Order: sequence, then C-alpha cells, then structure tokens
Amino acid sequence: MIEERFDAIVVGAGMAGNAAALTLARKGLKVLQLERGEYSGSKNVQGAILYSDMLEKLVPDFREDAPLERHLVEQRFWMMDDNSHTGLHYRSDEFNEERPNRYTIIRAQFDKWFSKKVQEAGAVVLCETTVLELLQDAYGKVIGVRTDRKNGQVGADVVVLAEGVSGLLGTRAGLRKTPDKSNVALAVKEMHFLPQETLEARFNLRGDEGAVIEAVGTISQGMTGMGFIYTNKESISLGIGCLVADFEKTGQTPYGLLEKFKQHPSVAALIAGSEVKEYAAHLIPEGGFKAIPQLYGDGWVVVGDAAQLNNAIHREGSNLAMTSGRIAAEAIFQIKSRRDPMTKENLALYKKMLDESFVMKDLKKYRDMPDLLHIQAQNFFLTYPQLVSKAMTNFLRVDGTPKREKEKTTFRSFLAARSLTGLVGDAFRLARAWR
Amino acid sequence: MSAEAAVRVEDKLYLNRYLVDAGRAHIKVRPHTTPSPQLLSLVNVCPAHCYEMNSTGQVEITTDGCVECGTCRIIAEPSGDIEWNYPRGGYGVLFKFG
Repeated sequence: MIEERFDAIVVGAGMAGNAAALTLARKGLKVLQLERGEYSGSKNVQGAILYSDMLEKLVPDFREDAPLERHLVEQRFWMMDDNSHTGLHYRSDEFNEERPNRYTIIRAQFDKWFSKKVQEAGAVVLCETTVLELLQDAYGKVIGVRTDRKNGQVGADVVVLAEGVSGLLGTRAGLRKTPDKSNVALAVKEMHFLPQETLEARFNLRGDEGAVIEAVGTISQGMTGMGFIYTNKESISLGIGCLVADFEKTGQTPYGLLEKFKQHPSVAALIAGSEVKEYAAHLIPEGGFKAIPQLYGDGWVVVGDAAQLNNAIHREGSNLAMTSGRIAAEAIFQIKSRRDPMTKENLALYKKMLDESFVMKDLKKYRDMPDLLHIQAQNFFLTYPQLVSKAMTNFLRVDGTPKREKEKTTFRSFLAARSLTGLVGDAFRLARAWR
Repeated sequence: MSAEAAVRVEDKLYLNRYLVDAGRAHIKVRPHTTPSPQLLSLVNVCPAHCYEMNSTGQVEITTDGCVECGTCRIIAEPSGDIEWNYPRGGYGVLFKFG
C-alpha cells in the first residue's frame, strides 16, 4: 500500500498512540499512525476524565480549542448498600481556577481533536486500517507491520504499540502474555442526555462546573468493582465495572449490574427522564505494577493500556497513557539523534525514563493493592459497605434506644461480621498496601 | 433473569451505530459438542450478549452487536474455544461518544 519506509509506525490512535505520534512528528521523524476506526476516537471508550498537566506537556494551549465538557469542582465517593449510600464529598471553589486541573471529556470527540494535532505536526494518519501482524526478521526484530490494506506491508525502524488493553499484536507475536482475567476489569457505560439546566440543578453546578461520583458497595454484588457517574455538558456518563474473573465466576451479566445501579434510589433521581444515546463496553487494566509486561525489545516499544499502565486506586489511565507515549517518543528521538539502531539495548532508555517518571513511581507505590482488593473482594465491596450503612442508620435513627446501647450494637455488628482479628488485619493490610 | 436481560441489552445495542461486515465474523467459536466452562460463561459475561446456547447445547456467536471490548478473548482464547480478531478496518462498532 505504501512503498516508502518510515522512521516509526504507531499502531493505534488512543491517548498513548496520539501522544507518541504527536511527539515523534514534532521532532521531525517520519511517522505513520495506523487506526482501525473510521477516525481516531471511533473505537475508543473511557469514562472519561482528562488530567490537564499531562496534556499540557503535549499541547500547552489545549484549552483554546479542545472539546472539553466540564472542569471538576466536586468529587463524591459513595459506599453503597441496596437502599443507601454513605458519602465522602469534596467540593472546592479553588477548582474554579484559570487553568483547571481536571475536566470531563467525551473520548470520540476529544480524540478526533487530538488526532488533528497529530496530523498538523506532520504524521501520516491512516484510518480504517487494521494491523494484522507484526513483521519480524529471522532474529525476531520487529521491522514493520502487515495491515488489511491491499499490499499492506509497511516497514519502519521502530513500531510503537499503542494497541490498547487487549494487546492483540504484541501477544500474538509473543512479546508479552495476554492479560490475565484476574488483572482486567470489564466496564459497561451509557450516555444519558438531559437538558443542561436540569443536569446543573441536580448536581448543584454553575456554568462549566462538573461533578464526579465514584461508588463501591453492594452494586458490584460482592465482586471487585466500582460504579461511576461523570457530568458532561449536557449528558451523564454512567457505568459500572468489575473484574473479568469475578464476572466469569459469578455469572452476573454486566448489563444486569448496570440496570441495578441505575435503579438504586440514590442514582435513579439523578438520571430520571434522561435519553440514553449510546451503550459501550471496555476493558481496564487492573493488575498494577506487578502486571506490567516487558516494555521494549528489538524494534518495538509498548505504551498505554497495552502496557497495562493504569493506576486503579486513583482511577488514572489516560494520563499514564499520554505520558508513556510521550516518553517512548522522546527516547526514540534520542536514539535516532545519535544515529543508533532501534535495538532492545538502546530502547531500554524508554524504560529507564519511564521509571523516573510518576508513571512507574505511582504504580510501584500501590503494587500490593490489587492483590488485597481482588482477593478480599467480599470484605471490601460487600461486608464493609453493609456494616457502615447499618452503623449510619443506627446513629441517625432516633427511637428511644440509649446511645450507649446503639454504640454497642454497631460495634457488635462489626465484630460478628469480621471478628476483631479480621478487623485489625484488614486495617493493617490496607495501611501496608497504601503506604 | 437471563431472558429479561437479553431483551434489555438488545435495546441498548439498538442505540449504537455499526457497520457490519456481512459474512465475515471477526470472532469464531471452535466447533464443539459440549461447551467448556469458559465458553459457557460468555453467554452471561459478554456485555453485548453475542454468545447464546442453541437448542442442541452448543454455544454460538453472532458478532453483529459486538462492542469490541475483548472480554471473550481474555476468557476463552487461552482455552482455544474461540478465534479472535479485530473487524476489518472501518467495520464494526462506530462510537459517537465512546
């Protein structure tokens, strides 16, 4: 299809792929980016929250023309049982700043904008093109890709794999294993449209202010999971995700969970009367530090979700994707500037630079959290939310029971459910995994 | 539950845009007489309810409503139950919002 050779081929046009292609093209490299969707964004799914800092490093003046929905001024964490939620809310007027820190975005629209920047920087972006396999020489060095276009082979010095969480090409070529079902979550999401004034009144928002609700509890039916509600300009992104291994084990349907979450009394009023315009599903890497595969080799690097770079505790994925894409591109540029070959030895620079960034430092900090939350799912996602709810109702309901009795009842319910050793152990394990 | 849920998910998929590559399913189920536990689990786990058990007890797939999440690949490709590929370039689900 394309006779010429490229300095770099970027597979995929999500956050990581666009960050890599943009950086490479700006540095003057000859870049081909391949995307299977009809445009960049048409296959991409996220909640979605955008973190300004990481995008500013790529497009400093992005606020001028990027399709942003709302800047976030309020975060709500909910612990839910079947009829109630106990919340921790943080809202600050300081988030109404000139250069806000977090925004909600709609990925299909945002990615289209991002891709335009990539094209303006000089990269060749070829959509509606599925990459079928990596081309390797006799020594296993990646030398290009084969696409589903006619005569679809194309060569390059290095291939940047930004192919997404499932990572078909890299796993098929034996560069890394397919993610394990206990290390990925399946999330389903709907887009609920409401008149802007209605949405703003329900969430107590003015102007472009936005709010986020993230919820755990009985909504995930004892599985490791989380529900989310993000406010866009005139729509709400609402969804729920749980570990794939838990779905397989329990036989729960993802859309069944989604319906129950929507019907919860704390949620139903927020979306009442909305028009649903899309239903999407996506996998999320949840394995953390211990699930990160080999990140580079002869003629290739892997970035973003394909490299399982996701901070499940802080629910940050796209900024790790953007940062890893940018760092990989910077490493490639350095190697290229020295006129060195794209060998495994030289591309180790990418890993070294990533290790020094927040990406690896954050993931390393929480390396024990996935084990704790995945194995103890029942306690953290079912038992504790129910106990907290009971404690709250016991505290608030005035029925003539002496307060000391009420305190005893609450304390006994915790002991009965988890025992003193269990409670102390859970607190200890949580503290240790968090530090 | 499952019959009711199936109806609901069809209503959800109806909202989406697709460009179906007729006659070229991107995921194929390996012929079998009895489904493995992994393959069987897909009937419930697939968020687009693409997998269904037929009257003779085999699990079949219809990929038209697939949202390309990759969950079935994670569960049933290692056991060899399915053969998984992306749709051809430009085909499949076309997200408006994503």
